[in-house]
Amino acid sequence: MSRITIVFDKLRQQNRKALIPFITAGDPEPAMMVPLMHELVKAGADVIELGVPFSDPMADGPTIQRSSERALKHNVSLKHVLAMVEEFRKSNAFTPVVLMGYANPIEAIGYETFTARAKVCGIDGVLTVDYPPEESEEWVKYLERQQIAPIFLLSPTTPQARIEHVAKMAKGYIYYVSLKGVTGASGLDLSDVASKLARLRSIISIPIGVGFGIRDSTTAKAVAELADAVVIGSRIIEEIECSPKEELLANVHRLVKSLRSAVDEASPQHANL
Amino acid sequence: MQKKLPLSCEEFEPVKVYDFPDRHGHFGPYGGVFVAETLIAALEELRIQYEHYRGDPDFQAEFAHELKHYVGRPSPIYHAKRWSAHLGGAQILLKREDLNHTGAHKINNAIGQAILARRMGKSRVIAETGAGQHGVASATVAARYGMKCVVYMGSVDVERQAANVYRMKLLGATVVPVESGSRTLKDALNEAMRDWITNIEDTFYIIGTVAGPHPYPMMVRDFQAIIGREAIVQMQEEYGRQPDVLIACVGGGSNAIGLFYPYLDSKVRMVGVEAAGLGLQSGQHAATLTQGRPGVLHGNRTYLIQDENGQIVETHSISAGLDYPGVGPEHAWLKDSNRAEYVGITDAEAVAAFHDLCHYEGIMPALESSHALAYAAQLAPTLSQDRLLLVNLSGRGDKDMATVAQASNIVF
Repeated sequence: MSRITIVFDKLRQQNRKALIPFITAGDPEPAMMVPLMHELVKAGADVIELGVPFSDPMADGPTIQRSSERALKHNVSLKHVLAMVEEFRKSNAFTPVVLMGYANPIEAIGYETFTARAKVCGIDGVLTVDYPPEESEEWVKYLERQQIAPIFLLSPTTPQARIEHVAKMAKGYIYYVSLKGVTGASGLDLSDVASKLARLRSIISIPIGVGFGIRDSTTAKAVAELADAVVIGSRIIEEIECSPKEELLANVHRLVKSLRSAVDEASPQHANL
Repeated sequence: MQKKLPLSCEEFEPVKVYDFPDRHGHFGPYGGVFVAETLIAALEELRIQYEHYRGDPDFQAEFAHELKHYVGRPSPIYHAKRWSAHLGGAQILLKREDLNHTGAHKINNAIGQAILARRMGKSRVIAETGAGQHGVASATVAARYGMKCVVYMGSVDVERQAANVYRMKLLGATVVPVESGSRTLKDALNEAMRDWITNIEDTFYIIGTVAGPHPYPMMVRDFQAIIGREAIVQMQEEYGRQPDVLIACVGGGSNAIGLFYPYLDSKVRMVGVEAAGLGLQSGQHAATLTQGRPGVLHGNRTYLIQDENGQIVETHSISAGLDYPGVGPEHAWLKDSNRAEYVGITDAEAVAAFHDLCHYEGIMPALESSHALAYAAQLAPTLSQDRLLLVNLSGRGDKDMATVAQASNIVF
């Protein structure tokens, strides 16, 4: 069984929801990445989404753009990101790590080489923002050959037929983008999320995570009552951005821990699976 | 250069074999729809609407009417006799897109997309721009049709194209300087995409070139193909034959595809001219097809200038309109299939051609178009005097006077 499935199964038995923090690999500097990943786990992360820095992050808002630029100043490449996860795995064999990024760095390495290496390094899933399912058939075959989960996005505007298409291809969990906009935006409409998720659940059997627009404990708790997982990115990256280096781990720990408590306070209304 | 023999008019046989893109927007392995899920519904709506209006006689009639009465088409073909005589070889003919309203070919596409936006009920248009020509064209059509207009422009370009920024503002557009990434055209495109993701209901994104996700490369090509369609008729009327070689500059590639596309099923030779900047070996250029390799950027698979890790690298050209690390996917396909050739022209060669055209013909070309002219100047002397080179003079050069002055160390 995959690490992602094990984690979601266990949470379901405990009647809890997953907390998935997102950070950009190599931000603020490559040496901090592995300690930061361990800190996220200590503070209560169930899965870690690791952003792969890219020069042109088209679907990201200013916060994640800046974090990508900071990492690129240190020349952090996809190869480095894989090496960081390999290092993390030496002392953590249970927390799933999902890479999230754009197609071109993967294409530069090639599907076969990348997926083989990702498996060795302990990557559990890959979300490629600019590979919609229509352009992903080959790609998904390579991922599945290595038993890496292809993670897909769904948005408020995704029509029924596409949801069904994605449901067939996706493994691990589905990432529902909770608003029309880029990462880091605010103004989440919770009643809208609730009705959309109800529709998704009638089609999708794997866990559904919700992200984009979750900026505080109150929203995290509210989303945890609806979804199987809460994904939080820009808010954590803002914390990384404004923290002096020596306080960074402690500040991120405090933030993630408070989000963890909020998620655990949620009284779940639906448990998928 | 001469191994492919130029052809005369008797050999011009249009045969309908070329039928790209396929229904998913692919040109062979290139093109496609490589965007985040948040954009898919908007692109799908656009594709369905455009496929409808593409075959709608009313839409096409309105487009033709606007091209004639607002843009001032057809643009003439002018024989650059003195310059041709000076070069001493093939005859150079210029397709005068510089005479269009707003001074470049960009308006053809902006009009087409604005008419479509209106029919789709969108009240706000957004655009990206590099040199400012497409931004000006978009601001112009937005004023013409009473739509709100926001233009994204890299802050580096805002500085080096101050006159065009003011033009856009005079036309009522809001110009948003983009501070992310390299702060040039590619970043303006990223930012326009982000705006579109956020404001999908009321906003139409007017992409300025034959790149981006399907249906843009096809749609922009269709709107620009008026250039080649006119040329086929004009060449037959005035010269009784088709040209031997078509030459056009390629940044994203919209003026080139506009000229080439109606000729694709013929045997006429086609040359796309990219910006070799400070030289192809310098690393300071924007010669995507000759120096790049395939990848995925801005919604399509195409040739890209990238490093070994797949990061997009900054390009250089004296001409802001060619300063782009990608290229339209149809050009990628035309290169791989050997239907078109792609060559590089340096900043210095382009500036020399700029001066030549001013001097011999009294025409001030855009620096973008000067790249095509510079290649024509290299090719012409190698061919006999009865050969015809048709160069797309895609824009006028008033906007480039400061850049040329600076290149010549002249201070106003």
